[in-house]
Amino acid sequence: MKSQDFVVRFAGEGGQGVVTSAEGLAQAAAQAGYHAQTFATFPSQILGGPTWTQARISTRPVLSPGDQLDVLVVFNREAYETHRQEVRENGVIVFDSGTFELVANGRTLGMPFEALAKSTGNPRATNMVIMGALAQLVNMPQEYLEQFVKQRFSRGRSGDEEIIRANIMALSLGRQEALRSGFNLGELALPTKPEREHILLKGNEAAALGALAAGVDVYIGYPISPANTILIFMERNLVGPGKFAYQASSEIEAINAIIGAGYAGKKAMTATSGPGLSLMKEGIGMGWMTEVPVVIVNVQRGGPATGLPTKTEQSDLMSSLYPAHGDVSMPVIAPGTVEECFYAMVNAFNWAERYQGPVIVLSEQILSERTQDIPRPDLSSLVIENREVYRGSNGYLRYEGPGVTPFPVPGSPGAYNANASEHDTHGDTTHLPSRRVEMTERRFAKLKLLEDGTYECEHREEPVAVMPWGGSKGPVREAYEALLDRGERLGWYYTMQINPLSPRLLNELRQKERVIVPELNYLGQFAAFLRSQGVRAEAITQYTGLPFKVRDLVARLEERVRVRQKRTVPA
Amino acid sequence: MSAKGREYDFKWCPGCGDFGVRRALEWALEARTMRTELPIESNVVVSGIGCSGNLVHLLEGPQPYGFHGLHGRSLPLAFGVKMSRPELNVVITAGDGDFLSIGVEHIPPQALRNLDVTVVVMDNGVYGLTKGQSSPTTPQGGVTVSTPYGKLEAALNPLEFYLTLGVTFIASGFSGRPKELAKLIEAGMDHQGFAIVHVQSPCTTYNDTYDVIKGDSKKGIQPKAWNVPQEHDPADRDAAYKLVRAEGLPIGIIYRNTAVPSLAQRQDQQGKKVSHRSLEQLVDSYRV
Ligand SMILES: Cc1ncc(C[n+]2csc(CCOP(=O)(O)OP(=O)(O)O)c2C)c(N)n1
Ligand code: SF4
Ligand SMILES: [Mg+2]
Repeated sequence: MKSQDFVVRFAGEGGQGVVTSAEGLAQAAAQAGYHAQTFATFPSQILGGPTWTQARISTRPVLSPGDQLDVLVVFNREAYETHRQEVRENGVIVFDSGTFELVANGRTLGMPFEALAKSTGNPRATNMVIMGALAQLVNMPQEYLEQFVKQRFSRGRSGDEEIIRANIMALSLGRQEALRSGFNLGELALPTKPEREHILLKGNEAAALGALAAGVDVYIGYPISPANTILIFMERNLVGPGKFAYQASSEIEAINAIIGAGYAGKKAMTATSGPGLSLMKEGIGMGWMTEVPVVIVNVQRGGPATGLPTKTEQSDLMSSLYPAHGDVSMPVIAPGTVEECFYAMVNAFNWAERYQGPVIVLSEQILSERTQDIPRPDLSSLVIENREVYRGSNGYLRYEGPGVTPFPVPGSPGAYNANASEHDTHGDTTHLPSRRVEMTERRFAKLKLLEDGTYECEHREEPVAVMPWGGSKGPVREAYEALLDRGERLGWYYTMQINPLSPRLLNELRQKERVIVPELNYLGQFAAFLRSQGVRAEAITQYTGLPFKVRDLVARLEERVRVRQKRTVPA
Repeated sequence: MSAKGREYDFKWCPGCGDFGVRRALEWALEARTMRTELPIESNVVVSGIGCSGNLVHLLEGPQPYGFHGLHGRSLPLAFGVKMSRPELNVVITAGDGDFLSIGVEHIPPQALRNLDVTVVVMDNGVYGLTKGQSSPTTPQGGVTVSTPYGKLEAALNPLEFYLTLGVTFIASGFSGRPKELAKLIEAGMDHQGFAIVHVQSPCTTYNDTYDVIKGDSKKGIQPKAWNVPQEHDPADRDAAYKLVRAEGLPIGIIYRNTAVPSLAQRQDQQGKKVSHRSLEQLVDSYRV
C-alpha cells in the first residue's frame, strides 16, 4: 500500500540550512499538490546552537507535525544523538558524512552534503542534495522538485539559469546517493490537487494578511518573540495614504498609542507576547473603559516572566480573558490553525468595531512559525464591519444609554471626553453610585453583540466530549479520529471564539457528563473557564514548551474515556 | 466638558495655580481658532492623571475633544492621535509627577521623533492629587509627607533635561501670568515639532511657592522668576543652556529649533519614495 504521509526532521546547528531545508521541502511538496506543514523550534541564541525543524507532507490536510520520523536528516553527531530515538522502526537516518561518521547499521545513509553541493558549482545547494535524496526515498517524482527549483530561481536575473542548472544537478546527485543505498520507504501516494488554489505561509503572516483584509490602518508594536514577524510584515506592507506601522519604544507606549489611534477614528492594532501583554494591562483596561476599538495579538510563548521565549504554551488564557484590574471581561479569539490566524484577525477587527472596545487574538508560537498550505482566502467574500460614526452636531452625549452609541471622530462635531476614570454620559469624571452601575452594565451589555460565534460539533449525542482550543486543535483532532477508528465513543467540540462563548455552544456543553480539554498549561485554564460557566470540564495538561504528540493524546484520552465506562457499568 | 456637568465633583483648591493654566490654554485655543478658522473640534486635549489632568474637564468656552488617559501615559496616547490624524492640533496637559516621574520614559522617543504636539507641564513640585508626596522637582532636602526627614534625591532641572534630549521648542511659564503663558502655549502650538511649555503652577495646599516665584518685598523675598532677556536668541542652544543653568527661574521662550523636520514631515517624505503592494498582490506572493 502506498503511504499517504511522510515526516522528516532536519537537525543540526543554526545556519546549516536546517530551516531552509524544511521550508524548501514544504514549498516543493505544496507546489506538487501535497499538503504540508512545518514545525520549527529555535534556540534563543542568535547564531548557531542546536536547532531542528520538521516537515510533514501528506495527501490529506496536515493536522499535526507528526509524532514519528520517517527520515531524520542530521548535520552533526550531537543532532544524531539527540533525535535518533524519534525515528520510527524502519525509518532512515540521512547524515552528513563530510562532518562525521556513523557505523552502518542498515538504517543510516551517509552523504558528504557540502562536497556534493560544491561539485555542482553552487556550494549553497546542500539542501537540494538532501531534497533529492529524500524524494528518492519515497519515490516522489523528480520533476516535482525540478519544477520547484525552476520556479524559485527564475527571478529575472542574469545568473538564474546557472543557479537552476546547479540546483537540478544537486537534486540528482542526492537522488543517486539514495538510489545507491538501496533504501526505500515505500511510495508516497500521488497528490490530488486541491480544488481551491492554495497559498503557503506562516501563522503570523496569515494573521498580518487577515488584519490588512480587515482594513487595519495603524500598527504600533514593540519587538518580541514570537510576535516579531508581524511587526516586520507591517513595517514593510502597512504603507500608503492614511496607513502606517511604527516600532514603539515599549509595549506601554504601543498600547496607549493604538488607543489614541482608535480614538482618532482608525482601525489600530498591536502584537506582542506574554511579557508585553503584562505591560499593556493598564492600557487594555483603558480601552475597555473609554470604549475604543483596538486589536491586540498575543502570540503566546512559555511564561511566566521571561519564561520560555522561543517555545510554545497556552498559558495566557486567563490573563487575556481578564487582562486588566477591575471589572473587565475581554473578548478573546484563539485561532487553531494557520488558516484560522487569517480569519481570527478579520473576526477580531469586526468585533472591536461592533462593540467598540479591545479584542485580544490569542495565537501561539507553534502557529506563528509554522508554514502550512491553506486555501487562498476569497477576499471579495469577506464581511468587513466598521464602527458607526457620529454625524450629528455638538452637544453629543457619547456614553448615553445601555448599549453601543455612534462614535465621534475628532475633527468633526461631537466633542466629548474619552476618560479612563469612571465617567458620565459626556465622559467627565463621576463617582455617583447610580452612574457607576449604569456604566458598568453598559460595558458588559455590549458583549452581547459578540454572541454570534460559530463552532464545530460532532457526535453531539455522546455524553463525553473532547474540546481542544487554539493550537492544540490539530493534534487533538488527529487523536480524536484515531480514537473513533478504534471504536471509542466521544463527541467533538471546537471554537476559536473563546469569549464570549456562543450561548448555543454553552447550552450543549452544559448537558455533557464531561468535557475533556487537552491544553498546554499547568492550571487547565480553559477547563477552569468552562467550569466557571457551568460546564463539567476537566483538563489534560502538558507544559513542556512543546506541542502535544498525537500518540500521547490517544493514550491519555482513552484512559479518561475508559474511566467513564467503568463508572457507568452497574455495580 | 466640564464644570457644567452636574456629576463632576472635582474642584481645584482655592488659589491653585492650575486655574491660571486653564485660562491660558483657553485663550491660546481661542486665538488659534480665530486665526486658523479651523473648528474648535480640530483640537484634542490629552491629559494624564493628577490635579493637573483634570484641566480637560474644567475647560470653559467652546469645547475641544478631550482624552483623560492614564497616569504618565499622555505622550504615547497623543502620539497615536497625532500620527493618525496629523491635521489635528494635539495639546497635552501633565503634572510634574505624571510627566517627569512615571511618564519620563516617553519623553526621549518623542524628542527623537520631533512629534508635532504641545505639552503643557503643570509643575507644582509635589504630587497634589495623592496629597503631598515628593516629586522629581521637589528640592533636595525638601520635607513632604513621603520625605519626612528631607528628600534624599537631587531635584531635576526640567528645562535643562529637555534641552539635553533635543526637544525643539522649550518655553518656561508661570500660571500667575496667564496672558504671557497663553502666548507661550500658542507659540508652542505653532511650532512644527515637539514643544514643551513648562509651567510653574503652585499648589496652594501642599507646596505654596507663590512668594518664592514672585518675591515679596515686605517679607524680604527676592523673586525667583526673571524674564528671558529680549536679546536672547532662542535658536542658540548654548545661550539656552546658560539661561537654564543660571540662578532662579527664566520665564519666556528658551529654545526654538525650526530646522528639524517633524515626524509627520519625515513620514510624508518617506511615503513618497515607498511603493506598496495591494492586498491581492500580497496574498498572491504566497502562492505555492
Ligand atoms: C499607575 C498609577 N500609579 C499611581 C497613581 C496614583 N497617582 C495619581 S496622581 C499621582 C501623582 C500626581 O502628581 P502630579 O503628576 O505631579 O500631578 P498633580 O496632582 O500635582 O497635578 C499619582 C501617583 C495612578 N493613578 N496610577
Ligand atoms: S492639591 Fe494642590 S495642585 Fe491639587 S488642586 Fe489643590 S492646590 Fe491645586
Ligand atoms: Mg504635581
